[in-house]
Amino acid sequence: MAIPVEYNFRSVINRWTSTLVAILSIAGTVGVFVVMLAMSQGFMATLVSSGSPQNAILIRGGAEGEMMSAILLDQVRVIADAPGVARSESGDPLVSAEVVTIGAFPLLSSGSDANVQIRGTSPAVMGVRPDVKIVDGRFFRSGLTELIVGRNVPTTYEGLRLGSTVEFGGGRWTVVGVFDAGGSSFDSELWCDARVLNQVYKRPENVFQSVTVRLASTQAFDEFKDAVTADPQLTVDVFREAAYYAEQSRLVSTIIRVLGFLVAAVMAVGAVFAALNTMYSAVTARSSEIGTLKALGFGPGSIVTSFLAESVIIALIGGAVGCLAALPFNGFTTGTMNWSSFSYLAFSFRVTPAILAGGMVFSILMGVIGGLPPAVRAARLPVVVVLREM
Amino acid sequence: MVRVDGKGSGAVVELRNLDKKYYRGEEEIDVLRGLNLDVDAGEFIAFMGPSGSGKTTLLNLIGGLDTPTAGTVRVNGDEISALSGRKLAAWRARNIGFIFQMYNLIPVLTAFQNVQLPLLLTGLGRAERRKHVEAALGLVGLSDRMNHYPRQLSGGQEQRAAIARAIVTDPKILLCDEPTGDLDRAAGDEILDIISRLSKEYGKTVFLVTHDPMAAKRASTVLHLDKGTLLECTADGQLVCGTEEVRR
Repeated sequence: MAIPVEYNFRSVINRWTSTLVAILSIAGTVGVFVVMLAMSQGFMATLVSSGSPQNAILIRGGAEGEMMSAILLDQVRVIADAPGVARSESGDPLVSAEVVTIGAFPLLSSGSDANVQIRGTSPAVMGVRPDVKIVDGRFFRSGLTELIVGRNVPTTYEGLRLGSTVEFGGGRWTVVGVFDAGGSSFDSELWCDARVLNQVYKRPENVFQSVTVRLASTQAFDEFKDAVTADPQLTVDVFREAAYYAEQSRLVSTIIRVLGFLVAAVMAVGAVFAALNTMYSAVTARSSEIGTLKALGFGPGSIVTSFLAESVIIALIGGAVGCLAALPFNGFTTGTMNWSSFSYLAFSFRVTPAILAGGMVFSILMGVIGGLPPAVRAARLPVVVVLREM
Repeated sequence: MVRVDGKGSGAVVELRNLDKKYYRGEEEIDVLRGLNLDVDAGEFIAFMGPSGSGKTTLLNLIGGLDTPTAGTVRVNGDEISALSGRKLAAWRARNIGFIFQMYNLIPVLTAFQNVQLPLLLTGLGRAERRKHVEAALGLVGLSDRMNHYPRQLSGGQEQRAAIARAIVTDPKILLCDEPTGDLDRAAGDEILDIISRLSKEYGKTVFLVTHDPMAAKRASTVLHLDKGTLLECTADGQLVCGTEEVRR
């Protein structure tokens, strides 16, 4: 049996002032690590939640996103007739042919302009995306320059509240409704009639950029995909909507994640040095205890394990403090440029159990790296010298 | 029986031609020179001598805390001078009880937990360990202080707890390095009473390093160390046997 962990716990408590520096360093590092991952997770989740598992999205074959895609009206009709497409109670296919563009609107927070994604949809869009609900006002009327806005929009931009009138693309638009898209990226978008948007922006009326289809069931995807990809009239890529948005989030979430790792790595170097310093001073201060334990028969392995355990205890306390400090960020809303759509996207930090677990593992790693060299030094202390120096 | 001429056999402690050198920079310091010693089980040996004469070094060699520069150390039939650090640690746990001048209790552990430490290296279960610890603490008269931390004990009580720790695994040999050096006379006498009892009643082989002639009087044999060699004396300090050089 090894040296009891109680010895390490009590030793940590006994010299809490010197341990505090290491705990705070590790806590700060873990806190930043968790917050950055929560930001990345939040961004990704916001985009991923935009996609329904029962929806398919189609863009032009080879296009990397809606912005670079084009689908003709005739092709939309072929898609709407494909097998597996859900239909409304009136028998109409639940298909939304959509166009997207960017408009610049001043942020309420800074007054500077930010890009907002404007999505022209088909009137059937609320059937295609049943999770989206009008929470204030009403749905836009076809053929009119009317907008409905996501719930984040009125609180993020100037002049986009319900009843406001704004000008963009050469048209004068009225905000007639506010919708809730369940925290997805649509909550940061403006929606309007696709045909009207094409007219205002003087685009061809029969060209759309994507088609989103409500499937009869999630299992209908393969049948639908096989049908549209086999049709010689269509040159399209078909994705499950959730997968499409996950892919769209990859770039930014990866950037945030890499940045987070870099910042955390730099901070971790400092935290490891703090742990090293704490543990080296512990070994020096307790050399007589180490000598005694060795004299009693505890071998080098027990000594290494004991001091490593102590370092890990310190790291775990630091990790827990860091995670607790990061918890209030859960749900904190911020925004950033979505490089896939070149538009500003509001999203909430998501501190998930997996991220917290990752933070704790990270803290353990720092504890092991910071504790191992002092633990080895402790194990190598010549017992005779240590006992003589008492 | 105790012999210092290297002619004994079957002793519990058997030292042969023992050399120990230390190096201070380029300077070589001979601490022990060609030392021989045979000690039978149950003996109570006191080592005396001036500071730097090698008493503690000798104790450390017998206890496997240090290794000789030359010669052999055989204890309980084990040739320990050739053992590796890890094996030596395991051997110490089984065979030796240490009692230090400064008690060397772990300050963050209670008396009970301190005494229990050596038992953690055995295969005993929790209940068995408790039984052993309580017996050891009872033997040194510290049953009512087992949940006290070292800072809550007097010096004499701390040393008694240290003795309990030394005997809790029932080792055959006790090595005591100035066990009364930090205590007043009354507390020191109590400690020496316990050590004497361990020798007489429990058959422990005891090695005591001391500067105190009164403490040495408790021993059955007093060995005087001088310049790295051993002289055997009676308890009253009269030389009875030694090297040829000393006899002349």
